[in-house]
Amino acid sequence: MDINTKALKKNAFRVTKERGLTASRIRVPGGHLDAKYLSQIQRIAENYGNGTVHITSRQGFEIPGIPFEKMPEVNAALQDLIDGLEINQAEQGAGYPASGTRNITACVGNRVCPFACYDTTAFAQRIEKAVFPNDLHFKIALTGCPNDCAKVRMHDFGIMGMTQPQLDPDRCVSCGACVKACKKKSVEALKPVNFRPQRDERRCIGCGECVLACPNAAWTRSDKKYYRLTLLGRTGKKNPRLGEDFIKWVDEDSIIKIILNTYDYVKEYIDPNAPGGKEHIGYIVDRTGFEEFKRWALRDVKLPEIAEVMTPMYWKGVKY
Amino acid sequence: MGFHVTNMQLNTLFQTWQTNYQIYAPRNFSGGGRFSDTDCIRYGTIDHVEEIVFDKKSDYSFKEVLNPISQTLFFFTEGETREADGPQKGAVIFLRSCDLHALRRLDDMYLNNGPADYYYQRLRKNLKVVLMGCDHSFDNCFCVSMGTNESTNYDMSIDLQPDGTYLVDCRDPEWNSQLETASSEQLEVIPAHVTENHTQVHIPENLTADVARSGMWKEYDSRCINCGRCNFVCPTCTCFTMQDLYYSENGKVGERRRVWASCMVDGFTDVAGGGSYRKKNGERMRFKVLHKVLDYKQRNGYHMCVGCGRCDDICPEYISFSNCINKLQNAMTEVSGS
Repeated sequence: MDINTKALKKNAFRVTKERGLTASRIRVPGGHLDAKYLSQIQRIAENYGNGTVHITSRQGFEIPGIPFEKMPEVNAALQDLIDGLEINQAEQGAGYPASGTRNITACVGNRVCPFACYDTTAFAQRIEKAVFPNDLHFKIALTGCPNDCAKVRMHDFGIMGMTQPQLDPDRCVSCGACVKACKKKSVEALKPVNFRPQRDERRCIGCGECVLACPNAAWTRSDKKYYRLTLLGRTGKKNPRLGEDFIKWVDEDSIIKIILNTYDYVKEYIDPNAPGGKEHIGYIVDRTGFEEFKRWALRDVKLPEIAEVMTPMYWKGVKY
Repeated sequence: MGFHVTNMQLNTLFQTWQTNYQIYAPRNFSGGGRFSDTDCIRYGTIDHVEEIVFDKKSDYSFKEVLNPISQTLFFFTEGETREADGPQKGAVIFLRSCDLHALRRLDDMYLNNGPADYYYQRLRKNLKVVLMGCDHSFDNCFCVSMGTNESTNYDMSIDLQPDGTYLVDCRDPEWNSQLETASSEQLEVIPAHVTENHTQVHIPENLTADVARSGMWKEYDSRCINCGRCNFVCPTCTCFTMQDLYYSENGKVGERRRVWASCMVDGFTDVAGGGSYRKKNGERMRFKVLHKVLDYKQRNGYHMCVGCGRCDDICPEYISFSNCINKLQNAMTEVSGS
């Protein structure tokens, strides 16, 4: 058997521990898909694989037990899914054109969750469109609010929804629900002054608990959607660590630009001898220094006026 | 007198109203809902008929126009006080039949319940009412059970037609003559009203305050979160509290304002000495429900609740006021046996 493992990995298959058998990896940007695609995944698993499906930790599907020679047929069978999920593709019927930049994950977001400050899946799909296909090892995740159910701080780019709460003082009934919610569920950014809540802008994390708690629509959400962008969290062997805050109150367009700029930065500075051409961005930044990264990342980025850029940045984490 | 009018004709009429009146109607506040990318329908000023939301029930009632959520009564400094400016114009309010029945309740509480309330009265004197017809019942409406599904005491009625035109029945002589000159088509118009609701309530004839002893209130101790939304959306809740606030640390300059209060929210029954009468949420629910369907009637001869169902619509814990009313019959049996 003569198989180019580099090519099959790029094509979103993998080398498995069972000789001759591969697994197909299906990306689902934003982790939300029409239910009809599940039966297609089922069909591929039953026709080409061993009849089982793994739900991956990155919200994709992995269909194991596929003989290498079936890969072209599997690629053809995947076309509906690739089209339906609007995955950028180089050639029809040839499957996924890359696998380096991982599936972009998201919590369920505001299609379902009351806490979410935006449609996480829609934004994930927008990022997917902008960055895929790409061989560089980037992990991007989105979460609707600072509860961070999607664990975005474990990613190179973590995107957390924020809303800038607006108070209409004339609708306030001094019930204290917002102050209590902020204290018990969030960061205690509100205190009552003359019977009404006063918001400490520096403390506020934009979670929207005040809006949720307000019984009289005195607190409402800002028209504009904002995000907290966390940077360079990672798992892995050497130095796993949580992402740190990079920009608070950043907008969608700037986030996409920053991610695209980072691809350029990585192409410039990645270790040419990195195994499999794969190096966590964080290690590259450790090498070049944060300021150099920041110079690249913020190139031509026009941040909203209220955005706060954290600098310098330091990461902690476990070091071995 | 009935007319078939276009939006243009109505908007011209609105312009003439605006010399002396602000026009208030249920409007969509885009992005104004609690959850992201959700709207809120509540009362606000409008300039054009197209801004009025006809196809949904408003989340909050019209009462906030007549009985502002927060209203500064006067300003003070040392020996002097100055009354806060009152409304500069009268009000034209667009509302549905249930709310028009609620207006009678507000009047009886603010005007016919001892001395008339000065602040309520000054806008009430300059109020015109436009009845919005209901061609179907919305979720949780139980106006038919409460007898509030029909109204005739309006200055004008309005029904949006499928083609985007409007049928109006006008009773204000001045508006009538304006419409006569402007409108081509005259016809008899009866505002739409519903004759049945999916939700129905039955208030027991033999209901007495003894029902307070029933075990039915206990479930609300844990289910209810005492947020007060049911009170704030209710077109007939009128409780307020007073706030004196001082602008500076010398405590000599400030204002007194009155602000809505809720019998469900902490603090409502606090008294001097640190006491509080209704600590449990079930007790608060009991107080509210019996006020709406028992003791108000004993005093005024008709029920306070108008069956708009907004309390059911908004409760984040899915507590249904109408369902609670329907438990009263069994609860009466329970307490009369003991």
